Amino acid sequence: MKEMQTDINEIISHEGMIGLFEENRGHLFQHDTEYLSRLRNTAIAKFSELGFPTPKLEEWKNTDLKASLSKKYGYSLKPSPVKDPRKVFHCNIPHLDTALIAQLNGWYISKDVPLMELGNGIILGSLAEAFLKYPSIIEKYYGHFADVSSDGLTALNTAFAQDGIFIYVPDHVSSPKAIQIVNVIHHPENIFLQPRNLIILGKNSKLSLVHCDDSYNHQAGFANTVTEVFIGENAHLDHFKLQNLNNDSTLISSAWFNLEKEATLKSHYITFNGGLLRNNIRVLFNARGGNADIRGLYLMDRKQHVDNHVFVDHAQPECTSYEHFKGILDENASAVFNGHVLVRKNAQKTNSYQGNKNILLTDTAKVNSKPFLEIYADDVKCSHGSATGQLDPEAMFYLRQRGISEENARMLLLYAFANEVVNTIGIDPLRYRIEDMVKKRLQGELQICEQCVLHCNTPEQPVEFDIDLSKL
Amino acid sequence: MLLSIKNIHASINGKEILKGIDLEVNEGEVHAIMGPNGTGKSTLASVIAGRELFTVTRGEITYKGKNLLTLPVEERAREGIFLGFQYPVEIPGVSTTNFMRTAINEIRKYKGLDPMPAVEFLKMMEEKKQLVEIQTNLTNRSVNEGFSGGEKKKNEIFQMAMLDPTLAILDETDSGLDIDALRIVANGVNNLRRKDNAFLVITHYQRLLDYIVPDFVHVLFEGKIVKSGGKELAMELEEKGYDWLKNEN
Repeated sequence: MKEMQTDINEIISHEGMIGLFEENRGHLFQHDTEYLSRLRNTAIAKFSELGFPTPKLEEWKNTDLKASLSKKYGYSLKPSPVKDPRKVFHCNIPHLDTALIAQLNGWYISKDVPLMELGNGIILGSLAEAFLKYPSIIEKYYGHFADVSSDGLTALNTAFAQDGIFIYVPDHVSSPKAIQIVNVIHHPENIFLQPRNLIILGKNSKLSLVHCDDSYNHQAGFANTVTEVFIGENAHLDHFKLQNLNNDSTLISSAWFNLEKEATLKSHYITFNGGLLRNNIRVLFNARGGNADIRGLYLMDRKQHVDNHVFVDHAQPECTSYEHFKGILDENASAVFNGHVLVRKNAQKTNSYQGNKNILLTDTAKVNSKPFLEIYADDVKCSHGSATGQLDPEAMFYLRQRGISEENARMLLLYAFANEVVNTIGIDPLRYRIEDMVKKRLQGELQICEQCVLHCNTPEQPVEFDIDLSKL
Repeated sequence: MLLSIKNIHASINGKEILKGIDLEVNEGEVHAIMGPNGTGKSTLASVIAGRELFTVTRGEITYKGKNLLTLPVEERAREGIFLGFQYPVEIPGVSTTNFMRTAINEIRKYKGLDPMPAVEFLKMMEEKKQLVEIQTNLTNRSVNEGFSGGEKKKNEIFQMAMLDPTLAILDETDSGLDIDALRIVANGVNNLRRKDNAFLVITHYQRLLDYIVPDFVHVLFEGKIVKSGGKELAMELEEKGYDWLKNEN
């Protein structure tokens, strides 16, 4: 495995990655504090032990990275050059007022300064810069939630972590604007990248975070992303993950959420497109009274594969978790839902629900759905449900009996199915935009646009609907 | 003649349910189809509406002079056939208002008409709501989602009023309704009765026919119409029960 600058693309392998790490030790460690160096050393040792996950592991039984890993990728140890970031990353969701920060191939794109400190004390920008500037914050939060001991990919990311997004919201501060992270993969060659993000919400703080993963061209990419999120006491995070990548891309998106006393996490994972996507969503209730509400929607076709793994650790009492994932699978697409709720012995008064519903539009589309409860406390309320099927023929008949064509009836029912997830998005302009994208995706018209998922710089393409879906 | 059914045989999964039905319906008429459970009343409704679940093995149905059996469900609907469901389907995420707008505009498109202007549509909706005594909030909510049994049936009648069919088939619309809801449903139908449309009211009980007075009553038994008569036949059935017919056959 060589660095990109050498123009040698190689197949990613266990040994190759360890070799690349050893070869570039000097470069990777150059700005490290002792704490960071220690993390890297532990992590590479763990990766060397664990390697890339294979279907032999229970957690990876239904998602095989073999094909993704057998492509050739380059690895970039330095940021890709950007001519005019403002032009590339201007984003135009109408009326969505966000502070936009962007990543290109995992590297933070610096508009003015690598790290901005806003008037209200919010810090946002490059993680690499935060490593240098805020070593005590880094030492307090970084690497504490993403567990390298059980997951080879998180270990690999931690060993190589160079840059990504850093957001710090101080105690008692509510961000007046949503912060939007756009992570774009765009490189003339196939690229392997490992962005690392750290998001910290102090106590009684509030943040809306829109996090987009997009590709920019049709080159294959393999992104192994790790995001650590600390939600302090009584803090509130409204989190949106939007994924729209090309069909040759692989994305492993691991998010580690730590919730303190009475903290709230609301999250939406919306997957529009991608080759192979795996969302590892890990929630730890680290104190009593937390609340996590995680919803997902995936709309896949061709040979696309999406895998949502949600692990909720009810380590403390009186916490509530709610998971609801819905998917529509067309052609040869496949999906995995694995929800694991662990209720530890002292986690009394836990309230938990996990649900997964899928519609298979063809005989060749596949779903593996496994909601799973592991309960050691006795005073809890936990339930789960899973349903996979075709479009309800009764409902189809009902709509057609009112004069609606078969094609439009189908569209209406699919939209209604997906809408149950989308309609809980609390930011209106974002919800309208996503509703619009869902409609286009269902019509098969959502492309990997020349810019990003959010049609940056490109005017909205008019889409004709036989029926007016816009006001449903 | 609006509808002519001749010797219809229909089956599901190889099992014959309808075993030779003959029925003629003219404009301006209300026909009631009665009979015990499981004798094919709902199957007859589904076969007229065009549900693909059932296979018509013999016979013919002519509607407005056309061979109905070759038309798909939606075209029959656009030609003016409406089926009020026994169990209306819930459609989360789609409001009744937009559902109706979609339906009306597809029907208009079929007839070569432009979509109905929004103002006109809203005006019509208000009128029809009054006609069937349906509350405004029901039409703003997702179709039938979380509706009570009575609300679902009222919503069927509202949809019927909006679509203004030539032939309306009400499949056990009275089942599970309390007397107030029953009256509202019946009033809706009575208000829509005209010289140029017809109703086929399927019911298990005579009760509904106190409110919707039929011109003809037919008794369906084991896949066949075994008795036809005027509205007095319903009374007779109420008095003697279906066993009376079973014994006769």
